[in-house]
Amino acid sequence: MDLTPYIQTFILIPLIGFFISLVVMHGREKWLSAIAYTTAGLQLFLFLPFLVYWIIQGAPVLNLTEFALYESSDYVFLVDFFFDEITAVYLFVGSVLTFLITIYSRYYLHRENGYKGFFNSILLLYLGYNWTIFSGNFETLFIGWEILGLSSFLLIAFYRERYLPVRNAIKVFSIYRIGDVGILMAMWASHHLWHENITFLKLENSELVHEQISGHSAVGMFIAFMLLLAAAAKSAQLPFSSWLPRAMEGPTPSSAIFYGSLSVHFGVFLLLRTYPLWHEQIIVRISIGVLGLISAIVATLISRVQSSVKPQIAYASIAQIGIMFIEVAYGFETLALIHFAGNAFLRTYQLLVSPSIASYRIREQLYNYIPRPITIEDSLPRRLEYSFYMLSVKEWNLDNFINKIIFTPLKKLGQKINFINIRNLFIFFMPAYLLGVYLLFNKSIIPAQIEPYLSEIFALLSLLMVLRAFGERKFPKLAWLFILLNHFWIVLAVNFNENFDLSHSLIFLSGILPASLIGYIVLNILAKKESSNFSLNQYYGHAFEYPRLSILFLLSCLGLMGFPITMSFIGEDLILSHIHDSDFLLAFLMSLSFIMGGIAGIRMYARLFLGPHIKTYHAVPFKNS
Amino acid sequence: MKNEYFDLQHSLHKLAHYLPSQSALKDFIHHNTLHAFQELKFHEALQHSSNIFGYKTYLNLSDYRQLYAEKQISDLVLDKILEAKKGKEIDIWKKKLLIDDFDEALTARIGRLRNLWKSNFKVNPDKEVHSILFKVIGAFLDQGVSIWKMPATELEFWEVLRDLETKSFSSFFRSSAARKMLKENSCTIESLLSEIVGEERLYERYLFDQQFAHPGWSGMVAVLEHQGDSLLDSRKISLQDFIKFELLLEYDFLYTKFDGKIPKFNTVAENISGDLFEEIAYSELFECYSLWQEAFEWSYYDQVLKGIKQADTLTTTHNGRSFQAMLCIDDRECSFRRYIEKLDAECKTFGTPGFFNIDSFFQPEHSKFSTKICPAPVSPKHIIKEEANNNKQARDAHFSQRSHTLLGGWLVSLTLGFWSVIQLSLNIFRPKQNAMLVSSFKHMGKDSRLVVEHSGETLRGFQLGYTIDEMTDRIEALLRSIGLIDHFAPIIYAIGHGASSVNNTHYAGYDCGACSGRPGSVNARTIAMIGNHPKVRAKLAERGIYIPENTRFIGGLHETTRDEIEFYDEPELDTNLVEHHKKNREIFIKALSLNAKERSRRFMLTDSHANPERVHKRVKLRAVSLFEPRPELNHATNALCIVGRRELTDHLFLDRRAFMNSYDYKIDPDGKYLLNILRAATPVVGGINLEYYFSRVDPYRLGAGTKLPHNVMGLIGVANGMEGDLRTGLPYQMVEVHDPVRLMMIVEQYPNVVLKVIKSSEATYEWFKNAWEHLVVVCPETHEFYYFKDGEFIEYNPISKPLESKSDFNAQIESSESNFPVYIIKD
Repeated sequence: MDLTPYIQTFILIPLIGFFISLVVMHGREKWLSAIAYTTAGLQLFLFLPFLVYWIIQGAPVLNLTEFALYESSDYVFLVDFFFDEITAVYLFVGSVLTFLITIYSRYYLHRENGYKGFFNSILLLYLGYNWTIFSGNFETLFIGWEILGLSSFLLIAFYRERYLPVRNAIKVFSIYRIGDVGILMAMWASHHLWHENITFLKLENSELVHEQISGHSAVGMFIAFMLLLAAAAKSAQLPFSSWLPRAMEGPTPSSAIFYGSLSVHFGVFLLLRTYPLWHEQIIVRISIGVLGLISAIVATLISRVQSSVKPQIAYASIAQIGIMFIEVAYGFETLALIHFAGNAFLRTYQLLVSPSIASYRIREQLYNYIPRPITIEDSLPRRLEYSFYMLSVKEWNLDNFINKIIFTPLKKLGQKINFINIRNLFIFFMPAYLLGVYLLFNKSIIPAQIEPYLSEIFALLSLLMVLRAFGERKFPKLAWLFILLNHFWIVLAVNFNENFDLSHSLIFLSGILPASLIGYIVLNILAKKESSNFSLNQYYGHAFEYPRLSILFLLSCLGLMGFPITMSFIGEDLILSHIHDSDFLLAFLMSLSFIMGGIAGIRMYARLFLGPHIKTYHAVPFKNS
Repeated sequence: MKNEYFDLQHSLHKLAHYLPSQSALKDFIHHNTLHAFQELKFHEALQHSSNIFGYKTYLNLSDYRQLYAEKQISDLVLDKILEAKKGKEIDIWKKKLLIDDFDEALTARIGRLRNLWKSNFKVNPDKEVHSILFKVIGAFLDQGVSIWKMPATELEFWEVLRDLETKSFSSFFRSSAARKMLKENSCTIESLLSEIVGEERLYERYLFDQQFAHPGWSGMVAVLEHQGDSLLDSRKISLQDFIKFELLLEYDFLYTKFDGKIPKFNTVAENISGDLFEEIAYSELFECYSLWQEAFEWSYYDQVLKGIKQADTLTTTHNGRSFQAMLCIDDRECSFRRYIEKLDAECKTFGTPGFFNIDSFFQPEHSKFSTKICPAPVSPKHIIKEEANNNKQARDAHFSQRSHTLLGGWLVSLTLGFWSVIQLSLNIFRPKQNAMLVSSFKHMGKDSRLVVEHSGETLRGFQLGYTIDEMTDRIEALLRSIGLIDHFAPIIYAIGHGASSVNNTHYAGYDCGACSGRPGSVNARTIAMIGNHPKVRAKLAERGIYIPENTRFIGGLHETTRDEIEFYDEPELDTNLVEHHKKNREIFIKALSLNAKERSRRFMLTDSHANPERVHKRVKLRAVSLFEPRPELNHATNALCIVGRRELTDHLFLDRRAFMNSYDYKIDPDGKYLLNILRAATPVVGGINLEYYFSRVDPYRLGAGTKLPHNVMGLIGVANGMEGDLRTGLPYQMVEVHDPVRLMMIVEQYPNVVLKVIKSSEATYEWFKNAWEHLVVVCPETHEFYYFKDGEFIEYNPISKPLESKSDFNAQIESSESNFPVYIIKD
């Protein structure tokens, strides 16, 4: 019997579970939790016989080309599913833990505000998880990847009425998206390397891979390093590590399952999945190993000095993932998989029982107290010991570092260009755009010296638009407009780059336009009702009074950022595939503006709808609680 | 003019006074969250604290209106209150209360001054400073989460900082200016304030703003300044040094941000007064709140008083012929006692603070520390020692620090990791007792020995055990205070209480408050040993208390979460009493099942529809379930404290809402014992009651909020996530079913005696004078009620309709999870 068709079951179950749980009413606790654990349980108990049968068959690699989401003469967007031992292990661990945690949360979350939101987000995460591990090519994988990022944001910002969870949710979301630049660039480069949307199945064909890579070793290495960037961000390796402990803002079970185990091991997954692509390049392998090693050492040091329990577990987990990177780099796939499973189980459980540590350790100390146990650090020279200690307490300044090298410059740049306003937008940028369109149809009049740079220039303008939106502090509607305009510039840029079909542009804009329109209407309604509490300078928490607007705006943000709920998502990929392989800068600029557009959108959503409510006719939390 | 000049010590003192004063987790004790405002009248204090600190101190108007619509607030009572307070304007005020719109937005003075940094200079010092400040203070105070501890913590905090800064390549600061100041110890709070704020009149308010941006950590530091030794791994820290460090970090931030030219902050603060506590304007809204609140409270109290009057004629059968039992005054024993009495018509129960007058420390066998087992304000001179305890601590490798090391973690995740998932499944599908359970039965070994009698030794500087005279003093005072001086039964039980829970950071708050948050087993056992001591008996006889030779005391412990009971020294019981005890034991166990069933109605996920034994099993199971954030509901719904004979209330169904302290006015004509009772009970029950009140009305600022995201910080406190401030007060799961009402103390005694008694203790008197607790006296002769108001007793006549009588509460208990009205219990 061919098992291949059955693998779609494991996508379908979470998908159906998620949609059912969306329509269940608030307050139906029993239903909501039952749907969640039935989904994970069904998945698990259908998977077990499947697994046995699959092993009996000799554990073949399965590949199912589901359907083509879009097809044209030179381009196909395939949804492709894939199953091998990596998928098997990830599926097993994921469904066991999700099953257990959903049952656990059924009681633990009882009477908590947001019971529905919690289970919806867990199921969304579960969907993204399964989608990703089953994905058979980069495009499919990226869909799952995006879902993971969104559900992560929702779970961290679960206590949306407080400041820190919302701020940290944005922080994590942003770092995830920085990692996504890696995936987008890798997708772009591999389009050109293989001249198609390569499936992971084909990557198993070592001869083919060998032939291609050795011919284009630079491109191969570029892809590998971009994947490493994505993997390091998702798995909280250096220099991104500081997001993981900060993600633990939601209810303990969600921190346990998501950040203790499932989500944080996706970097390892990505490396395992793309192993055939880079394993022949010794420099890549060394780099992965070294990154893992340094991360493991630094994270261990930080974990050792942590005075609170959840971050301690988080850093300990990062250290183990660092070791997994080394294992993968060495080619010990099986060991890495076992290590992943053990670490996921261990950290989930440790996080779940973390409240017990207070009574457990105190009681232990009553009987076995040692004032100052000798530790390995005592053998260091005093000055070194103290320096390492202080650095570790400060988390090696990692949190500041990321801000300093990525977000602060972008924000500053955004603020520097705040001379762009609604007036000169119409006086200068609109005509410039129209000129661009005119030139597009009359390419002959463009001077030859300029033509090659035009698409870069437009791409840069699109990035400026999005940075301007990112830096905007006062006018939400203006920021929204800038995010939208960014996409128009992108379309223009890519059209200059290559003969880009008009229908492609339309596909790209098909989701973005309606989403931006709906978002604009929402902003208008909100601006009218809350004229004095309407800016981007602080958090307003309007979700408290306008829950429906809040959801609607979140959806339009997703649409505007090209989240895989509209065709625009395919458009993004189409655009990337039309950037020439030599045009690295253009690909980079465009990826960056996609990514930053998403961050700017989510930031708008958070500022307007999340955070401490501006109106204080009810109890309000301290900013630092 | 006031506040022209800055007096550091005075300001620090004031700060420490207003900051939350909550001890480390292991020493958690309930106290009035707004203790700092206790010198004001209750309603005045609630408005002031709200206006100054932004606390929410009442329910919302819409909540009160809802309660009124549901008849939880009685129309009769509301009218009566309005009439008394507003006279002819009753209709105007009723309209305000019921219909008018008010802007209920909270406004706070705190933070307004320091907000100028953000509004005028576009900088946010807190954002930069807090993160490093919390990490450093957390690491310094850590009691055992970290593996690699902060070096040199035997020194004072400031010296540790200097040590680290001097001997390391890394620094806390960005600027060399700040670095130099720490290294050379060349800054003071005043010098830093003058750099940052610039004008002395603003200093104090600036410090308030700064410290109340993280009241949790500052409060912890202020507490540990005086109780550093209460930590197992003791620390030396002062609020002064902590503030100095924060100011230095802030200075460093501003210095760097503005390239060495910190702007003149005081120039933008001209409109802001230096006095945070300056006069507060009258607010009609707060008057509405206070009227509603009174009406809410009296709607319940009035029923209780009505019930006492109504049940007056019913006679009791409880003569104490079969056995007598002393239990803690704790509200959790209220229903337990009711069931014991129901099951044995001739027994008699008493309530007394659960430390049973044993003012002592306890030294468990094998333990490196001793622990206080009497009320927190008492400074004991004695210590009781445990011997021959063979119990070992159960271990769980998941808490091993090895799993956080590099290679250790590798090994552990490849091995133990797979065990974790099995253990997690077991915990979810078949919860049972495990190493994580905090069980009050483990406080003392059941079969261990206690050294209670003094034989010349000392331990840790305390006298080991009591002399015969000291023992006699203690038991005599105990017996007289509860009115048990004759008609002794063959067996007298002394039952302490404790709780058990799993995965619960606030575990210490569930045990006996009178034993400093420890289970009362040692105390119960000790008082029983004292009572059985022949020499003590002889001395007692000399003092006029004749306990028959055959009478035995038995100590025990009621475990309130799982509703289990354990008795001590049973083997020493005379053979003729063994059978008798066995019979009583059955009664206790049966009463526990009934009690568990009554409790279960509040646990929404536990089905109460079954026989008591079945429900009891479910209740036991949830106590050991990892995923249960409400192992028990502790003191939730408490509202009353009854000081008097059991006969006064034994026909009332009080729904577990009453603390009950036995007291016989007849043997205490001049109020000597009453003074002791009130002096101890008033702050304890008042503290519990008000902590529940405030955590319920403001779960964000006065309570600890939902416990689900809590993260244990250094074993001393909890915070949300990694970067949050410590959370004080109670988690919302503990208080969500609590009705925020003040406690009413009901005392059975002559009003003039009570007045004399409360006035003789200033600290106690403040509670009643400023109405943080209500006080009603039942005159033993006339059975009239007298309500204490503004320094005198005023007659009070209940206006409620006659209460319903019931004899069987089983159906009632299964019917609803919300509060019941008071019922009369028919025999």
